[in-house]
Amino acid sequence: MSHWVSHHCANGNIWPATRRHHRLGKRKQLSITKSPTGIAGLDEITGGGIPRGRATLITGGPGCGKSVLALQTLVHGARERNEPGIFVAFEESAERIVANAASFGWDLEALQRKKLFFIDAQPSPDVINSGDADLQGLLAALDARAAQMGAKRIVLDSLDVLLSWVGDGSAAQREITRLNEWLLTRDATVLMTARATSSGELPGGALGFLPFMADCVVSLRHHDVEGVSQRSVRIQKYRGSGFAENAFPLIIGANGMQVAGISIAQSSKTASTTRVSTGMADLDAMLAGGYHAGASVLVTGAPGTAKTTLGGAFVESCCARGERALFVSFDSSRAELVRNLASVKVRLGRYVRSGLLRIETRHAAEASAEAHLLDIRTMIEEHNPTALVIDPISALGQQGNEFTAHSVVARLILLAKTQGITVFCTSLLESSGSSTEASRLQISTIADTWIHLTYVVHSGERNRALTVVKSRGTAHSNQVRELVLSSRGVSLEDVYTAEGEVLMGSLRLQREQADTADSARRLAERRRRSLQAAHERADLAARISALQRELALHDGEIAFLQDTERLADEGRSANRMDRIRRRGGGRAT
Amino acid sequence: MTKRSRVALRLYVAGDAPNSQLAVERLQAFCAEHLADQYQLEVVDVIREPGRALTDRVLLTPTLVKLAPAPVRTIIGNLGEPVVLARALGVGSF
Repeated sequence: MSHWVSHHCANGNIWPATRRHHRLGKRKQLSITKSPTGIAGLDEITGGGIPRGRATLITGGPGCGKSVLALQTLVHGARERNEPGIFVAFEESAERIVANAASFGWDLEALQRKKLFFIDAQPSPDVINSGDADLQGLLAALDARAAQMGAKRIVLDSLDVLLSWVGDGSAAQREITRLNEWLLTRDATVLMTARATSSGELPGGALGFLPFMADCVVSLRHHDVEGVSQRSVRIQKYRGSGFAENAFPLIIGANGMQVAGISIAQSSKTASTTRVSTGMADLDAMLAGGYHAGASVLVTGAPGTAKTTLGGAFVESCCARGERALFVSFDSSRAELVRNLASVKVRLGRYVRSGLLRIETRHAAEASAEAHLLDIRTMIEEHNPTALVIDPISALGQQGNEFTAHSVVARLILLAKTQGITVFCTSLLESSGSSTEASRLQISTIADTWIHLTYVVHSGERNRALTVVKSRGTAHSNQVRELVLSSRGVSLEDVYTAEGEVLMGSLRLQREQADTADSARRLAERRRRSLQAAHERADLAARISALQRELALHDGEIAFLQDTERLADEGRSANRMDRIRRRGGGRAT
Repeated sequence: MTKRSRVALRLYVAGDAPNSQLAVERLQAFCAEHLADQYQLEVVDVIREPGRALTDRVLLTPTLVKLAPAPVRTIIGNLGEPVVLARALGVGSF
């Protein structure tokens, strides 16, 4: 220790927080260890939980979930950490707390036999208060019970009710000091709740000292935005530890409390270079192989531009490879979705039956954006998909959720990314430049790949056009393509541009037919000319052979004439020799 | 304490803590003055018997419980107000 201190002194005047505590002589330990609360997001933003062996104060107005947070932490300790717990109930009776928690499925009755003990300290209504009282009886009882069951976690719910019984300001102050002394000399991880005003402030007087006494202060809030319940949690202080300072949304759902924390401990996975098929060969080609695995894809467009179909095609191809997929629809029921997509040959029914694909239908107005996020998070945990479709994500930005939806979407995408899930979101958007739901959610800036679908109306027809607006890390095609849905499936067709206009639908067909006729004509012409050339060649060949025959005849004639000439010459010279011989030697003549 | 009496009282205290001492003194003085021998008092020290605090659900000290006659009455605090005490015990003209 002395070496450690001199080391720091030698280096400058920075005294670690832990050293300060040591100097005050208050603390048993130098470093903070943490007790997980089992509330995933809360453990995230506190970097692992509440301080072990120390006091944590939970403040908040009525109905914020103070008791739920405390009880859930206690239950987690008892169930998962082998840390038995005691719940001292001043505010509500133990029976009522157990009854309220029954819906969370924590099985308190089984825990109560050994690892969880409720002290019902709620005074009956006819109790009279006369003069000051103190907490000595409570603390003695707690010590006895804690020693007996080896309790590691203790909840005091709530301090304001407890202190209201001990007397006026100075009495309350004295009891808080007593409680503090007790806390400092015990190893228990203690959670104390205290009611705050709606603005989050603790009442003045003795209760105002509570935040100084606690090593960690967790503040809860609950308010309404246009009838949608919005809850949040904020860590106000955490002695000796870093923490995320912002308010984080929380919900009290089917399994208890959940906090939507941004992962500060988790580092996102390294960017993938693997491609996953979009489910459409033509689109894969446009995107140089498909979406990036683990990327976020945004498909925007007006109603009916086949956004859902693209999502369906994507999950179908995932399931075809044997991967798990989750499709969250805010539009249509599972049966409708499967039926509608089957009409364009995107067949999801078999994968729903095999369990690879989970389709969930939710209604946007059912809950806040936060609640939906946590709901989706639970689905992800349960189903463990590699592909996630949210159709449409703009549903999260509806009524009362305008202020939170953007961060919800950002966190949803972050959540998917940290788990390597390719997330595919659709959003209503009339044009890529308009200020509508999607742009308000600012998804387009977060998304890695943005595909925009539009209707092109021309010559009394409405055709779907597909553009890849952006695709990070991809040499994507800039072409506008026509998206064709038919009973044969979904495909992309090349579009024709003529006089600066994109031709689609029947105009494209006409152009294609014209092209087809044209090429047939060209083919026939080629064939005709090739045939003609062949004829001419044959003709020439015939003429050549005739000439060659003629040539051969001429050659024969020449040879015959030459032979004849030679024979005639030979004959003439023989006659002359003969005449010379007959004249008698020639000279005598 | 073993005398037959009409008023049965139990006082929970925390050792010799000031409030507890005060309550014991005040109660004894009150009873001596108003109940004479007509009462029975049990003093429970929760520091020595913490189990009693739990089973009897008395966690704040001092706490006085009037067990008999009915109805049962509970007073939390150091009994600083004789009026309150007298009314709870059903004594005199308070």
